[in-house]
Amino acid sequence: MLNIRKLHKSYPIGDSSLHVLKGIDLSVEEGEMVAIMGSSGSGKSTLLNIIGMLDEADSGEYILDGVLIKNLTEKKAAIYRNKFLGFIFQSFNLINYKNALENVALPLYYQGLKRKERLEKALFHLEKVGLKPWAHHLPNELSGGQKQRVAIARALAANPKLLLADEPTGALDTKTSYEIMDFIQHLNDEGKTILIVTHEEDIANMCKRIVRLKDGVIMEDINVEQVRAFQNV
Amino acid sequence: MFDLDLWREIFQSINKNRTRTVLSGFTVAFAILLFAILFGMANGLSNTFSNAFVDDANNAIFIYTGTTSKAYKGYQAGRQIRLKNEDLDYVKKTYGDKIQYYTGRVTRNVNASFENEKNSYGMRAVHPDHQYLENTKITEGRYINKIDIENKTKVIVIGRLVEEDLFAKTTAIGKYLNLDGIQYKVVGIFKDDGGDNEERMIYTPISTTQRLYGNNDYLDQINVTYNPKMSYDEAIDFGNQITKDLKERFSVDPTDQRAIRIMNMAQANKGTNQITFALSVIIIIIGFGTLIAGIVGISNIMIFVVKERTKEIGIRKALGAPPKAIISIILLESILITTIAGYFGLVLGMGILDWIGPSLETYFITDPKVSTSLVIGATITLIVAGSIAGYFPAKKASKIKPIVALRDN
Repeated sequence: MLNIRKLHKSYPIGDSSLHVLKGIDLSVEEGEMVAIMGSSGSGKSTLLNIIGMLDEADSGEYILDGVLIKNLTEKKAAIYRNKFLGFIFQSFNLINYKNALENVALPLYYQGLKRKERLEKALFHLEKVGLKPWAHHLPNELSGGQKQRVAIARALAANPKLLLADEPTGALDTKTSYEIMDFIQHLNDEGKTILIVTHEEDIANMCKRIVRLKDGVIMEDINVEQVRAFQNV
Repeated sequence: MFDLDLWREIFQSINKNRTRTVLSGFTVAFAILLFAILFGMANGLSNTFSNAFVDDANNAIFIYTGTTSKAYKGYQAGRQIRLKNEDLDYVKKTYGDKIQYYTGRVTRNVNASFENEKNSYGMRAVHPDHQYLENTKITEGRYINKIDIENKTKVIVIGRLVEEDLFAKTTAIGKYLNLDGIQYKVVGIFKDDGGDNEERMIYTPISTTQRLYGNNDYLDQINVTYNPKMSYDEAIDFGNQITKDLKERFSVDPTDQRAIRIMNMAQANKGTNQITFALSVIIIIIGFGTLIAGIVGISNIMIFVVKERTKEIGIRKALGAPPKAIISIILLESILITTIAGYFGLVLGMGILDWIGPSLETYFITDPKVSTSLVIGATITLIVAGSIAGYFPAKKASKIKPIVALRDN
């Protein structure tokens, strides 16, 4: 599903440069649910951004679903992002002037679907995250948990192969966090491949595999016994 | 290619950011408003200048005579110079192609009466061409014609106000009007943009007057129009040539300013034209300055818009928006705001011109209007301006890296 070999990335800081990723090797199979852990500055978000094609590696190989991701034009990157990836962000990143339904329908718009079809699909996904009655509410009329669920519905709308979540519970309280994790676990149960960046142990333990990063290298890569989130709700 | 969804996106963005839209729209509308008003005023000014001469054909040359002020070739000073029919023929023959219309003119004051109504009017005895020289507009009947001249018929063409004064509610055509005891048949009614005095005038065949009053062939004036193909300078030279030739013909000292005089419209028009031209250059500079200020204004606002929407653009890109979609959204928004606001400003400007236009006549501004071609030109300029104003910000927006956009919270 996902294959990364000898990935390097550095950022220029003034005259010098900061070496953030120092040779990452990682492969993820379909249906996995992987937590990428590490303290801040460990490079975990950078890794996720490269996987998400929001950023490009300096060197190394990245193959996603059999496609080598390298030297992409903006247009190609946009198409791949749309087709392969679904993003869930810590700060939700909903478009504030669009209601829940329109937010969910946005990736479908860029897929070129007809409006009617788009709205039907978006409504279906909203229903899946239990927010059908809130379809016509603006983001600022929703709670944090609801916003994140809208974001999840949006990430799912384009039916991506890989779901990338960057601290999906970072802005939520524990109870809501677990609700969201429960939901993400269900998605994984249905077969979605999911990558979660987090620095919270309990969230990481709800995944099936934990990859620990430190100073740009993988320290530890272990499979864990999944803790079901609903037990904690 | 019309993409309904794209427009829906744009309208949503415009609608959800009303303050921003109104502000940027205001900039453009105001610029166009000023542009329209300035242009209208300039047009009004040049209208005033050209209107000052509507009374007569603007290529007319009037030739008068007086008494000599200098002794010359054995003649005493103080000699009366008189134009005659033969002088008109001479002018006609000598200058040929250079002259378009020609007429002699004898002026008199007459007491007119019809039934119980009486009044005194100016009467001009003329040739048929006089109609074109004086810009006389026949509203009913006909003007003096060649047959009238040949037969010395007692016919008159009267001004609109003469008919109003004397004939009250009935039509004057075909009626006989008594002028100083002689009955003339009214064959035509005219109007003239030269004002009330011109419309209280009576025209009659020159030959009729010459026979009835003194049985001579004297002319008070010879009026001609020069060939309109001539430039102002050529026409001025032509006028000087006529003066020179006539002075020689009448044995008048070439430096005598009183015996033969000429009023050449080319001279006046040349001055007017220069003023109007200078005015329009100034106005164009000011107008386009305003327009450019408007474009810069909206461009600034669009740059701000892109900055403000950086995150949104980042989100869209993360969701798979290609650069083209981002460019379209910013560019079309800019074009749409510019065009609608600009059009609004234009209509408002034209409305203001219409509204205050009549009260500006005291300030030498007549009928300040913006021409249709200018409106079309301005609309195209607006669309182009909107594109220019939107393009650079849009290009910048399309280059936003989603990662950068999403990071700045």
